[in-house]
Amino acid sequence: MAFREYKIGVRMFAFALGSSMIITLYFPSVDMASVQATEYALKRQLAYGRIGGFSYEDPLLKGWGKPVTVTLDKDPVTGKPIEPTEAYVYPPGTPFPSGITHPRILGEGVEDLSVSVGRISEANKENGAVFIIREGEFQGQTVAYIENATATRGWQAQTTLAAVSDDARQYVGSGKIMFVREGCWWCHTLLPEQTQDWQYFGAPPMLGDFNGESPTAFGSDRKAPDLLHVASRNSSREWMKLHFFNPRLVQPHSIMPRYDYLWGEVDAEGNKIDYDRWRAEYDEYVEGKRVYPPEVPEPHPDSEARKLIDFMMFLK
Amino acid sequence: MLKYLFMRNEDIPPGTAAVFFGFSSIVWFVLGTGLGSFNAAKLAFPDFVTGIEMLSFGHMRQVHVLAVILGWISMAFAMTMMYITPALGNTKLWSEKLGVWNCALWNIGLALGLFLLWIGISSGREYSDLIWPVDLVVIFGVLFPLGLNVWMTIKNRRTQGIYTTNWFFGAAVFMVIVVFLVGNTPEFFNLTGLTEAYLTWWFAHNVLGLWITPVAAAISYYVVPKVTGNPLYSHRIGHLHFWSVVVFYSTPAAHHLMAAPLPEWLKSFASVEGVLILVPAIAFVSNLLLTMTGKWRMFVENIEIKYTITGVLLAIPLNVQGGFQQTRAINWYVHGTGWIVAHAHLALLGFSTFLEAAAVYYGLQVLLKRKIYSLALANFHYWMLLIGFSIYWISMTIAGLIQGAGKIYEVPYIDVVIAEHPYMIARWVGGTLVFIGNIVWLYNMYKTAVAGTPIPAGRLPHELAYER
Ligand code: HEC
Ligand code: HEM
Repeated sequence: MAFREYKIGVRMFAFALGSSMIITLYFPSVDMASVQATEYALKRQLAYGRIGGFSYEDPLLKGWGKPVTVTLDKDPVTGKPIEPTEAYVYPPGTPFPSGITHPRILGEGVEDLSVSVGRISEANKENGAVFIIREGEFQGQTVAYIENATATRGWQAQTTLAAVSDDARQYVGSGKIMFVREGCWWCHTLLPEQTQDWQYFGAPPMLGDFNGESPTAFGSDRKAPDLLHVASRNSSREWMKLHFFNPRLVQPHSIMPRYDYLWGEVDAEGNKIDYDRWRAEYDEYVEGKRVYPPEVPEPHPDSEARKLIDFMMFLK
Repeated sequence: MLKYLFMRNEDIPPGTAAVFFGFSSIVWFVLGTGLGSFNAAKLAFPDFVTGIEMLSFGHMRQVHVLAVILGWISMAFAMTMMYITPALGNTKLWSEKLGVWNCALWNIGLALGLFLLWIGISSGREYSDLIWPVDLVVIFGVLFPLGLNVWMTIKNRRTQGIYTTNWFFGAAVFMVIVVFLVGNTPEFFNLTGLTEAYLTWWFAHNVLGLWITPVAAAISYYVVPKVTGNPLYSHRIGHLHFWSVVVFYSTPAAHHLMAAPLPEWLKSFASVEGVLILVPAIAFVSNLLLTMTGKWRMFVENIEIKYTITGVLLAIPLNVQGGFQQTRAINWYVHGTGWIVAHAHLALLGFSTFLEAAAVYYGLQVLLKRKIYSLALANFHYWMLLIGFSIYWISMTIAGLIQGAGKIYEVPYIDVVIAEHPYMIARWVGGTLVFIGNIVWLYNMYKTAVAGTPIPAGRLPHELAYER
């Protein structure tokens, strides 16, 4: 740095870049951190679990260490009938989402109620927990908050899971992992736009709809319908099954890839799936040598396909 | 290569690191565009290669994007930095050995990171798809050693002033390290929600704006004066370019999320700053075109100038698009459509690739002290790139406009998919031309290394006549 000018230049550079960082990083993060989480945000983070991408609990993106969403119509402890309630079951060892570990990100009111009434700070990862979403009053305003039902009602994770049949369980969090891993978001967005799109794809999200979710996987490049509210317009698991196995069974012009490999080795009855035969028969169908396409196997309850369909059904 | 890794620094011939980087970048270019062409085929013909998880579109797209950005473009940058920085400082590279190690680690690290992405181990964040352990390798194993070499070489220079190119080089490596550190905080610290979404795009925007664009421009600030023999038209305009990049390019990240529920002030601010990107753009283009005064015939006769000036000219539509498509008035129509994909390729495959290709062509001839093997093949490569890119850009722009119309009139989505189909095929054809051109380039450079006419000491490659 022989020249005095260069010293000045380096300082000017630090000043310019520093100011730019203050405006583009510090101000927005202060602004966004103070946002109040909506009910939608609470649902999502509780159903998805801690992280939707690479993480300690799930380094290979297999959907490990994620909560199970269950629909309860009776109290799992007393067995008394209750209003149908969605509960988010974290079996022992499943990491909690940010809203539980750092309630600050829930925003004013939601944080206060979740901690004082919902007792979320008593939740313990080693023992597991069951969360539900409730509504309460905060300074004259109705807000949704998280209740730790393990602390308030004694619902243990294992008993709650055992109290419902497999049909009432939804592997939403693991399904989101499949969505991220399989790159669905390279074609589908999860963000109806603010300016148009409403009529078909549904309402665009709001400022507080994402607190606690990571990654948000909005997608930038839309080659296919937006999926944020897909289950509101199409809630048929049967259709999803056919469509994921081979989209061209239900939509001949689709450019969506086949996701038959998510079925794994065996179908719901435990029979081995013969992919080669299926593909050969499908080709015959395409060539007009068969009247009907081959039967699509029912996914095994532990298969990745089932989890992905659970995730789709969650997107209302 | 292996023998140089364990030699004493003084014994490694100057330029070794640059040569390795040069050839690595070309190989990554071939691989990256091959992957691009494969992906394009899958979008045009969805049943082309099916049933294998690793070869499905969702597993391959990010591998293409990062192979071209971190393999081709960034390695070509490293190559140019390793030979231009010392040349402009009238000195040697600070550490040739560090450079060779840098190149080896870069290739290994990138191959590993891309392999992980390929089998689906990703962070789920566009452009920062690499998982955070790999990000740390990129920051401390790849970018920091590169920066160290550049900064120390500039510091040890034997000239008094620092030429514009070196200003850009030194600052850009520093900025890209900051961008990687800050842009990946959502993964390091599990930040969530809109903060995560915003930082994802803050990263994506700044990798392009504070790394790819300025370094590509800096390269041409060297190549054009060097090859034409004209001095740079104006250093002041060069400085205007530099400072306006730092100020205006680092701020509009939010314009990638105009359709998302970010705070309104942030979107408006980003949009205005985004238009100001035209300041560095105009400074850059006018400075270089004015440098060409009196030497325009070289645009036809000389292969490096042909590439560079094509890249500079492509910067004009690029920045006009870039400056205006992010304003609310236009963004609502084109957001999330093929138009943006076309724009991304105009920036990276049009503008930037042409500038880097020129520098790699030129640098390898200087370093190997051999004249380019075949002008005919180089011209063939040029036209394959230009025609292939143009087909790509035009077809995706049209596809994007169709998608935009489909979006605002809310036609059933499948009709848009059907309408886009011909353009998807055209894009595949165009991209495949680029891929074929690159294979030819690799061959041509290999032949240059083994059979190019030696350049006598003290002469520059462009002073010799082409032979084939
Ligand atoms: C190559 C791009 C592409 C990829 C990747 C892709 N899709 Fe699709 N998807 C489409 C297209 C195009 C359509 C519209 C035509 C159709 O119904 O198949 C579609 C339709 C859908 C629909 C029906 C939407 C509606 O509005 O009815 C769902 C659900 C869906 N995809 C889910 C997924 C999931 C889950 C994944 C990841 C496992 C995925 N898609 C990956 C292109 C893609
Ligand atoms: C140096 C050359 C190239 C660079 C730097 C480059 C860069 C990129 C980038 C940044 C994207 C992401 C675009 C976005 O999200 O908007 C992308 C996507 C893509 N590229 Fe390239 N690319 C290059 C060459 C090619 C070639 C030769 C092809 C062959 C056809 C190709 C095909 C594709 C495809 C199909 C996509 C996916 C687009 C989509 O999802 O709709 N690219 N590329």
